[in-house]
Amino acid sequence: MRIRHPRAAARLVAFIAGAGAATLAAALPADPYPSTYVAAAAPPLLIRGATVLTGTGTRLEDTDVLVADGHIVGVGPHLDAPAGARVVDAHGRWLTPGIIDVHSHLGVYPSPAVSGNSDGNEMTSPVTANVWAEHSVWPVDPGFDTALAGGVTTLEILPGSANLIGGRSAVLKNVAAVTYQAMKFPGAPQGLKMACGENPKRVYGAGRNQAPGTRMGNVAGYRAQWIEAQEYLRELAGYEAKLKAGGKAAEEAKPPKRDLRLETLAGVLQGDIAVQMHCYRADEMAIMLDMSREFGFRIAAFHHAVEAYKIANLLAERGVCAAMWADWWGFKMEANDGIQENIALVDAAPQGCAIVHSDSEDGIQRLNQEAAKAMARGRAAGLPIPPERAIEWLTRNPARALGIERQTGTVETGKMADLVLWNRDPFSVYALADEVYIDGVLQFDRAHPPAVPRSDFMLGQPAAAGVVP
Amino acid sequence: MSARRSVRLAALGVLLCAGGALAAPASVLLRDGTVHTGTARGTLAHASVLLVGGRVAAVGTGLTAPAGAEVVDLKGRPVTPALFGGVVQLGVVEVEAESSTRDGTLKLGQMRPEFDVALAFNPDSIPVEVSRAEGVGFALLAPGTEPGRKGAPGSSIVAGLASVARLDGRRPRPPVALEVLVGEDAGPLAGESRAAAYMLLAQALEESRTPAALAPGEERLLTAAGRRTLKSFVTEQKPVLFVADRAADIRAAVEFAEREKLRAVIVGGAEAWRVAPLLARAQAPVVLDPLDDLPQEFDRLGATLENAARLHAAGVTLIFSSRSAAPHDARKLRQAAGNAVAHGLPWDAALAAITSAPARVFRTGGEYGSIEPGRAANLVVWSGDPLEVTSLVDAAWLDGHRQSLGTRQTALRDRYLAKLRAGTAR
Repeated sequence: MRIRHPRAAARLVAFIAGAGAATLAAALPADPYPSTYVAAAAPPLLIRGATVLTGTGTRLEDTDVLVADGHIVGVGPHLDAPAGARVVDAHGRWLTPGIIDVHSHLGVYPSPAVSGNSDGNEMTSPVTANVWAEHSVWPVDPGFDTALAGGVTTLEILPGSANLIGGRSAVLKNVAAVTYQAMKFPGAPQGLKMACGENPKRVYGAGRNQAPGTRMGNVAGYRAQWIEAQEYLRELAGYEAKLKAGGKAAEEAKPPKRDLRLETLAGVLQGDIAVQMHCYRADEMAIMLDMSREFGFRIAAFHHAVEAYKIANLLAERGVCAAMWADWWGFKMEANDGIQENIALVDAAPQGCAIVHSDSEDGIQRLNQEAAKAMARGRAAGLPIPPERAIEWLTRNPARALGIERQTGTVETGKMADLVLWNRDPFSVYALADEVYIDGVLQFDRAHPPAVPRSDFMLGQPAAAGVVP
Repeated sequence: MSARRSVRLAALGVLLCAGGALAAPASVLLRDGTVHTGTARGTLAHASVLLVGGRVAAVGTGLTAPAGAEVVDLKGRPVTPALFGGVVQLGVVEVEAESSTRDGTLKLGQMRPEFDVALAFNPDSIPVEVSRAEGVGFALLAPGTEPGRKGAPGSSIVAGLASVARLDGRRPRPPVALEVLVGEDAGPLAGESRAAAYMLLAQALEESRTPAALAPGEERLLTAAGRRTLKSFVTEQKPVLFVADRAADIRAAVEFAEREKLRAVIVGGAEAWRVAPLLARAQAPVVLDPLDDLPQEFDRLGATLENAARLHAAGVTLIFSSRSAAPHDARKLRQAAGNAVAHGLPWDAALAAITSAPARVFRTGGEYGSIEPGRAANLVVWSGDPLEVTSLVDAAWLDGHRQSLGTRQTALRDRYLAKLRAGTAR
């Protein structure tokens, strides 16, 4: 899952550069904007005696977790502290995997929400598969810091939902940085943001009297794009066949013109990029599932999915996650049938994959509380949901939807040490993250807050200073 | 009118007053609860509440049930006054994105303080039903504000009248507050400068005081009804809601109110903690969202989760409200209150900010905000700590009537839970 750039396109780059394809392709980075994130060096860490929610469906009481070189190296009772280790007494406290939000616009719709910083929706065409959200991320956004205080260690930054096809997403580690590349989750695949329903047809049809103006227009719009991408792949294949044939055919072979939009769509059809699909209504999700079969691509998750509960079995059978709010509803027609048991019902389907997401600079700070609400509603509806189950909605399941489940999302030996130490059971309105670790590095410490804000924007602001006499 | 017809009308009147509950309020003894009275008596452990004829007859220990009364054993569960839903557009906005379902904002481009948004209140609105089933009993229904767009007029810096909406189906109470913008939102409605808000307000107040002083032909800001309305807020000392977040704007609003002899309530108040001594001195309550902690606007650079705790420590009266003002969020206010507690506010002050404080400041005439003898029975029984996100409403009484906890949402849940159990949710 390392490939973040369509393989065929990478070969094209090599050919255009004018050198022997094989040698130059090997020299080019797979990602032209590569991650420069390196976890800071940190001493070994032993967290002692916590109640551990592993993210694998298990709760371990009075358990130690040992971290070295950024990874979890031990989970069990009475582990020995290596020399020089930082030892944290966590008796009476709870340890969970770091929270992963699959739907954030931090950095692309940052605080302050002013026009100069508004970079989340390339609302100039209904299809902008050529844009990458990462090129809009403002690492200074103070929202990254407040999300960290809420235990968020990894987040997917998405373009907005104005467009049928909005652009590529970026998966970031929630670390302070000057450039987004220094936040980029090493090896995480990109996603493609697409949007169903009201938003595209409102922005373009109602707003500009152009397609799409209806839901049928939306679907026609997506299908036309996939057909173009198929054609692009055929041209590539033809070109590659000529190269392979050698001789005069190879010498005269001309690659198709480089096209960022088609590279993205081809990457989806080739399986390198998974679709993250903004979709509220059950009937529209079913249409998208059919479309994914028609053209042969994978939808990782439906986002918002306010009516996912109506098709919980279908989603589970198709292996598609639903990323949902606990109780946002009613603000538009496609959100009118929201119920507070949505998450619990999706989870209750055999093999169901429920995710709690935020889509909000406020909600991302309290995803544990959002999960708690969904858990309580599920229980009241007769669905037994222990904390060790509900934590999966915030950790393992979002890791799966982002294709990073082998690296993070659970407290298991070998995983990245992305951890949150809570002052109590995290499924409470009174729960606070005491310490947040990313790759074993203490990034947030409630007992020792930074003397000055991490965000450059907040640095030196008189308004944050104190009481006016 | 025939006698027969008038009898039928009287019967209809009873039904309307009962808010859809057909039976007259029965006597009920809620036994062995943890009763948060919202009065000087504070919280009473192992206490009972006796409801007779729709009113609270007694609160305390050792109460016995009158003959025929229903007895509910609370087993220690908490009882609170029915909750406040915030300053929201409950009953006047059904689906925010659909303009045909919105009546919350007057966009005449004129200053019309007499605009009474409560006349559009729809007691059958689904957000009203859903909020009620979540323990919300009352809210401050205030007009929205909006700049003009594409040549169409916007609202005014004087948004109009606010009323206490009652979620049990009765009409809102008479208007009790006036909403005025002075912060960032005032600029686009006051010639692109928030400074002009005070100029226009002072001019309007002058008109309301001495309408005859205007020279013939001089442009008036207000209608005759508007002048009467504005004047009543000075003479009756009813609350004027000044919407402001920046510390400097809050200070300016409080000083303006003192000059003009207005009773100020600050709404928004993200930076209110910075002028807490001033607010305490002026006895100006603050309506705030305890979850505000990001500089979403330049007016909120000083936003912090400790805002509520710091204001309370300084002696400022707190009322909570969601910044969104969305009717769909009214039920989430108790979660915000719980977060204020997590960030230093005493628990009792957090509960007061969603019960007794708004009831007092918005003059509900004792109808809401407390559980005490003689008062209308507006109360909620909770499965656990009412500020905790995992607690749910177990039972609720509004104006003495036990409320159904079923809603359109629970009906949807039941329909699809059955399908899921059959493996046919597809």
